Amino acid sequence: MKDLIKAFSHNKAALGGLLFLVVIAIAAVAAPLIYPHSPWQMVGAPFQPPLSGPHLFGTDMLGRDIAAGILYGARVSFLIGIVSTAVALSIGITVGALAGYLGGLVDDALMRVTEFFQTIPSLIFAIVIVAIMSPSILSIVIAIAIVSWPPVARLVRAEFMSLRHREFVEASRVLGVPGWRIMAFDILPNAMAPVIVTASLMVATAILMESGLSFLGLGDPNLISWGYQIGAARTMIRTAWWMSFFPGVAIIITVLCLNLVGEGLNDALNPRIVRRRKA
Amino acid sequence: MSLVTRLQQLALVAAIGSMSIPAFADEPVRGGTLRMIAQPEPPTLMLGLNQQGPTQFVAGKIYEGLLRYDQELQPMPGLARDWSVSDDGLEYTFHLQEGVLWHDGEPFTSADVVFTMEEFLSEVHPRARGVLAHVEEIEAPDEHTVIFRLKAPFAAFIQSFEVSSAPMIPAHLYQGTDFRDNPANETPIGTGPFKLERWEQGSYIRLTRNEDYWKEGKPYLDGILFNIVPDAASRAVAFETGRVDVLRGGDIEYFDVARLEQMPDVEVTTEGWEFLSPTIWMQFNLRNEPLDDPRFRQAIWHAVNRDFIVDSIWSGYGKVAKGPVNSASPFFDDSLPDVEYDPERAIELLDEMGLEPNRRGVRATIRFLALPYTETYIRMGEYIRQQLQQVGIELDVTQTDVGGWAQTLGQWDYDMTINLLFQYGDPALGIQRAYVSSNLVKGSPSANVSGLDDPAIDELLTRAATESDPEERFRLYSEFQHEIVDNAYFGYLIEAHFPTVYRNNVRNLVNSAIGLNDNMAEVWIER
Repeated sequence: MKDLIKAFSHNKAALGGLLFLVVIAIAAVAAPLIYPHSPWQMVGAPFQPPLSGPHLFGTDMLGRDIAAGILYGARVSFLIGIVSTAVALSIGITVGALAGYLGGLVDDALMRVTEFFQTIPSLIFAIVIVAIMSPSILSIVIAIAIVSWPPVARLVRAEFMSLRHREFVEASRVLGVPGWRIMAFDILPNAMAPVIVTASLMVATAILMESGLSFLGLGDPNLISWGYQIGAARTMIRTAWWMSFFPGVAIIITVLCLNLVGEGLNDALNPRIVRRRKA
Repeated sequence: MSLVTRLQQLALVAAIGSMSIPAFADEPVRGGTLRMIAQPEPPTLMLGLNQQGPTQFVAGKIYEGLLRYDQELQPMPGLARDWSVSDDGLEYTFHLQEGVLWHDGEPFTSADVVFTMEEFLSEVHPRARGVLAHVEEIEAPDEHTVIFRLKAPFAAFIQSFEVSSAPMIPAHLYQGTDFRDNPANETPIGTGPFKLERWEQGSYIRLTRNEDYWKEGKPYLDGILFNIVPDAASRAVAFETGRVDVLRGGDIEYFDVARLEQMPDVEVTTEGWEFLSPTIWMQFNLRNEPLDDPRFRQAIWHAVNRDFIVDSIWSGYGKVAKGPVNSASPFFDDSLPDVEYDPERAIELLDEMGLEPNRRGVRATIRFLALPYTETYIRMGEYIRQQLQQVGIELDVTQTDVGGWAQTLGQWDYDMTINLLFQYGDPALGIQRAYVSSNLVKGSPSANVSGLDDPAIDELLTRAATESDPEERFRLYSEFQHEIVDNAYFGYLIEAHFPTVYRNNVRNLVNSAIGLNDNMAEVWIER
């Protein structure tokens, strides 16, 4: 673990990304302290440009504070990103572990199901799911989770297939350890490195997908989000650029940071790169 | 009486003629295609079966009514060349234009009028059905004369022949068929100056000049193209880049109108909506708790700052609505109380009802059926939700598309929504339908979907409709307006002044009370 942190902190870009994410996360958590009013509330005159009066990023067409919207939107983005990734991971790991460990008919069946999900373009599929279930934070999490688990399943399956015949696994099997224990405690910890890297990138994808859905008007109507802010302000970009610019920047920075962190984790967890650094 | 009417008409025609000379010094020229936008895409062009805004706009060039109306809502000749009303107000005689042909070449006669009114509209057209309930019998003494005999005087009758209120339907195609399933609905056949040439779903609707149009030398245009552009920003760009000549109210967002107005050779008018006079209102489902309590409805009304809606959301294209009757109507009562924006008062009213805030500050939760018509309506919904939240009323938003909105509302499955009511001239035509208990029918968002069932209102509206003395009618309608506002049955928001944006080489664009919905036989393009 120490090595991991050391290796990760070698990567300046990844470290910067992580710091930035922490700052955004703190701001998101502290949003009600910084802006005690709801982000939907009209707090000033409409169409105020940035730095006018108390509004750092200006106000939108109803006089709502853009900066407040961005902070509250960060809560929604992070929440959806993390929860939907967690759900997708649990589906993906379960399916991949079973398929990879048991092999045979189970593997065939599970992989055909996985491929079925992979053949549908993910954003389109997510739109369909949200439209059917009617937009709410729950339906968005479900939709994103459903479209993003298959790559995890394939990854975990590949890891399990290569690990299941190793000596330490065989040893456990000889000792009569039940299959589920072998999967959960012997193989899975050794298969986690690539999964963690994938997960960090999945959070970024989930945030982008949530923004896309909100942009198209399929966001939770009760929660402000970056995608909603851009979607609502898009038509006014020629009269009030700041209304869509700042939420857009928020998305870019967050997704970029997540990618940097993912990259950093990949380097840190990859044994060959770590060894090269030590040498 | 007949002679007097005729003389008045002549005077009117002369007046319009002399007025238009300085404004349009140059002679109208033939040719050119007028490019506009149909938004959203109409579900059908069979105007007899569907009277939604886009259908009226496009099909208003294909179908015609017996009368047209000038911007003071006075009747002008349409398919009826002249008309007279008997002194007792019971008999209306229409003389039809001669030599009128349907688009398929069959002659238009009084038999078509009788079929349209007696069989077609009374079956499928809710608004016309209400009007026709006043009719005792319809008679066609010859091919070009139709006489309506009423059961009792009905002053609004003369205003019920506008094209969307009573479009003439060809009897030879529809008589004895199932009107709603008639294959002819796909290829609308009217008498209007333009015929349907091609409808590419999702892309465009093209109308072409009716060479056999009954009005000599009209229409001036070779055709009309309705582009289907589903996005407001793209519609604004289409106008800027010159791909369309005219933008109808609602095509683009209001903040864009001011920007386009700055362009050279571009004009903006808010005329041409006199007949429809749209009023936008918060409609409550009065059957459901706590909306059945007038204090709750008053609280909602007090919580919303309507000046903000007009100035910021509608960019000033409208004015605060005081009550059910549009201020442009002669029956509007200016003595109605102004309902002030007063959130404190709203909270007092909710306290009085015993609705205590819970831990989250919520006193009551009601369902809000959002009207997703354009961004302006979406923003208005967001604004109202926010304002109500501040007094402790939480709105649980139901998002749908426009079709889903109309259907949900028509099935009464809502607590509160935003709706837009067209007034159609006389209050007996456009307003009454949403308030009387006899129209408590499912299926149409313009029927009485709110469950308003107040014998006093029924009585006032019924008497006002059948009264022929204008002063007495005013008194009755005034009492009706006070009754509605005092009980806060609904929350009136804004009288919309829809702006039409057009290039100034398009001439004579708005020349009647229905503006762009009219048949455009007189519109021409200067070159």
